[in-house]
Amino acid sequence: MTNETIGTVDFSESAKEKKIGLFIPCYIDAFFPQVGIATLELLEKLGCSVEYPLEQTCCGQPMANSGFQEDSAATEAHFVECFKDFDLVVGPSGSCVHHVRVHLDAIDEAPPVRKVRDSTRELVEFLHDHLKIDALPWAEFRHKVGLHDSCSAVRGLGHTRPSELVCKPYFSKTRELLKKVRGVELIEIDRRDECCGFGGSFCVTDEAVSAKMGYDRVNDFHRHGVEYIASADMSCLLHMKGVIDRLKLPMKVIHIAQILNGGPL
Amino acid sequence: MSLPAMIKLKNRPVDPEALAARFIALENHEITHDRLVWRMRTNRDEAIAGVPDWQELRELASQIKEHTLTHLDDYLEQFEENAKNLGTIVHWARDAEEHNATVHEILKSHGVKSLIKSKSMLQEECGMTPYLEKRGIEVTESDLGERIQQLSNEPPSHIVVPAIHKLRTDVAELFAKNLGTDGNNSDPHYLTEAMRENARPRFMKAGAGMTGANFAVAETGGFVVCTNEGNADIGASVPPLHIASIGIEKLIPRARDLGVFIRMLSRSALGSPITQYTSHFHGPRKGGELHVILVDNTRSDRLGSDDFWHALKCIRCGACMNTCPVYRRSGGLSYGATYSGPIGVILDPGLDLSKYRELPFHSSLCGSCSEVCPVKIDISDQIYKWRRVVAEKGLMRVSKAVGMSALGKVLPHPELFHAAELAAESALAHTPRFLLYNTLNPWGKHREMPAAAPQTFRQWYIANRRPK
Amino acid sequence: MSARDAILTAVRRNLPVPAVPLPDAPCVAGQKLVACLGYSGNLHTMPKVQHSPNVEAPVSNFKKQLEAMGGRILEVAEATAARARVAELFPAAKVVCSVVPEVPGNRRVESASDPHSLNDVDVGVVRSTLGVAETGAVWLTQNELVVNALGVLSQHLVVLLDPEAIVESMHDAYDRINLTASPYGVFMAGPSATGDIEGVIIHGAQGARSLTVLLMARDAKKPKP
Repeated sequence: MTNETIGTVDFSESAKEKKIGLFIPCYIDAFFPQVGIATLELLEKLGCSVEYPLEQTCCGQPMANSGFQEDSAATEAHFVECFKDFDLVVGPSGSCVHHVRVHLDAIDEAPPVRKVRDSTRELVEFLHDHLKIDALPWAEFRHKVGLHDSCSAVRGLGHTRPSELVCKPYFSKTRELLKKVRGVELIEIDRRDECCGFGGSFCVTDEAVSAKMGYDRVNDFHRHGVEYIASADMSCLLHMKGVIDRLKLPMKVIHIAQILNGGPL
Repeated sequence: MSLPAMIKLKNRPVDPEALAARFIALENHEITHDRLVWRMRTNRDEAIAGVPDWQELRELASQIKEHTLTHLDDYLEQFEENAKNLGTIVHWARDAEEHNATVHEILKSHGVKSLIKSKSMLQEECGMTPYLEKRGIEVTESDLGERIQQLSNEPPSHIVVPAIHKLRTDVAELFAKNLGTDGNNSDPHYLTEAMRENARPRFMKAGAGMTGANFAVAETGGFVVCTNEGNADIGASVPPLHIASIGIEKLIPRARDLGVFIRMLSRSALGSPITQYTSHFHGPRKGGELHVILVDNTRSDRLGSDDFWHALKCIRCGACMNTCPVYRRSGGLSYGATYSGPIGVILDPGLDLSKYRELPFHSSLCGSCSEVCPVKIDISDQIYKWRRVVAEKGLMRVSKAVGMSALGKVLPHPELFHAAELAAESALAHTPRFLLYNTLNPWGKHREMPAAAPQTFRQWYIANRRPK
Repeated sequence: MSARDAILTAVRRNLPVPAVPLPDAPCVAGQKLVACLGYSGNLHTMPKVQHSPNVEAPVSNFKKQLEAMGGRILEVAEATAARARVAELFPAAKVVCSVVPEVPGNRRVESASDPHSLNDVDVGVVRSTLGVAETGAVWLTQNELVVNALGVLSQHLVVLLDPEAIVESMHDAYDRINLTASPYGVFMAGPSATGDIEGVIIHGAQGARSLTVLLMARDAKKPKP
């Protein structure tokens, strides 16, 4: 994961005055629409003007991460086409946003491409860094929550200090947001930011390793009495939910957007 | 088996996923391995907590290495001249074959029949031991982990602790067969003592000792070997002949630069501030002879690669392996190469792209390796880039290539994408369990499939928020 | 073309650009990089040392670190005490091979013409000219060992060290020593060790089973009778 710099987007006006394009990753559209709904409702509650471009499909990450740069080009071009007229693009997925900002390079970098890449934000960083929200009066979630920051979030987008960087002061944007939700009890686990094993196509090509990593991570949460595993990345949760359901463990998964919006649907 | 079939078998690409699955299926081995190797990572974290300027040291170490590599020709010449002035005999080897032939020539000319060596990934890379054994030279690994692997006929599984994938009971069984110990006694103290008793006479009778080198210092013409056992020191101080194999990327400019690297090496590897022995060799010892072989073996090629030359900064600490969640579950042997773990993933395809084409995919791209690397190699980014190389060279697994190509054709087109979504939803909702969960569905082997959603987000949006 | 020329040519052709300048490594006079005085080492069976960034106390930090690495440290006032300690620690030793005048031993290393002859040494006694607090290491060269093998063939090693000769960090150490003054020089931090079998730390893997540092001033006078 590169420590990439966020491109310049002018925030001299309030973020609320920006025209925001809602980016809903393909797998959320297909399997977890409630996460998209929660994201949209949350942004609207916070006074943002949000539109969902109906023609969007995918950011190209599945192909790009597998090394198929050529195969991702058309998808990436389509993504740019869908979002080029917005001031900002906001999406509830760390790995997808990381891909857009850092790896959307299968197509030539014309001005619209550069603009879209620079103006794409993941939900947590948008709420924390740009909207700088200090209260979520509608949000209550009286449960034991285990926070799972995805690898893209930790080492790609800087949501939190990676555990490897021992001497740097600790910070966590996700925790700060969750602290504003009444009743959330954040539970510490043994391996705070170890990878859950989803890894994109890795989850099926390296199935035994992926599953074992998933089992270990889920058990770490379970061992510590977690009721809900919360994350800003639904892909990790999809993988961990698969494990939870197979093991029939008494845990649920939930996206941060759903908690911040006021409980799961 | 026919000759073509034998050649095909030999050249078949390594399948790390299958090898990993086998290791995981052993259960106790994988669980122990993961726990022990993770502990090396947490020990590293604790060690670093006591070094508040660790990030500055990393930056320094990275720059010293980058400087050296961007001036490597000068430093190689400086090293050679200073080494010669100390009485060291300097050889150069373009590749593995030339390295092995040079070693053999030195040994032959000195009438050496038995050799004792300390750990050297480079010698392993060159396949030196089988080469020498074929020519009648007895080779003994003196490092405990390496000796265990030698007796097992396996390569090392970890750069620092070569047999960490084995349980003590495995070692007890191995030693009973090879050293005549009690097969029921798996106490590591007993086993280590048995090895000590077995190795001493071999040190005494060896005609030559061989080592690798962690660092070669251009300014002084000497090199440094770091061990915990002190086996390199015995091998260098007892037999009259000492031969050291040194990769050309091991050069550093000055003696004072050692302060930076020595402070980082063992903290990164094991979590101790230094190895038990940090040994410096400058010219032959009293009554001895010292040879150094500077080895290229694809390193100069890699130097010329914009994307991959930073891998040459590696100081072989193994921190990337310790932190890698994939390595810890798979075991180092799953990489089928000299170098395993994340550093292996970015080095091995450069040594043999066809054989190691699957390695770049044996990673979830979590990025932890890049964060722990003491010399700031962008390991995770290089893994990503190797995937592109494999795809561009047409070495991708056919099923994956076909799948990705299909995705690449569907995803740019909204209508096709939406149709595919509907088909997937329908399949999830209506396919009977026994059909959905079969050997063709790797996801379903250990996980439940996601449930079909009543509608897509887009459908909900059209129904509830359609813009005016 | 010789291998040397081929390699140098290939390297020159492939040098990455732009070239990176050489940064200034830390030195004693310059920045004072804080030595790691807190952690006790890789040995998970060893007790963990509390953070003590007290850089003004190199001797006590050296002691803590050496013990964490598996070594032993004792203070002795002068030569008689040193001799007594060695006898006390190793009563069953048959061959005590010494390099130092303070402890005669029963075999002088100068008489060892061949390193192989040191294979039966039970206790080796040497003096180190430098200790490093950060790592608990003592510096030994061919000058102190006379026969290098003494440092690693002895079953047990005793090292005399003047407390004044202890520096704070590895940077300080590299600043003090002259690497080309001896064909062999080793920072020895504790006894020989391995963790190769299931990560269990064992001492005495190949080299010394124990390392004992006797802190004694170089020119300590004999006590008055």
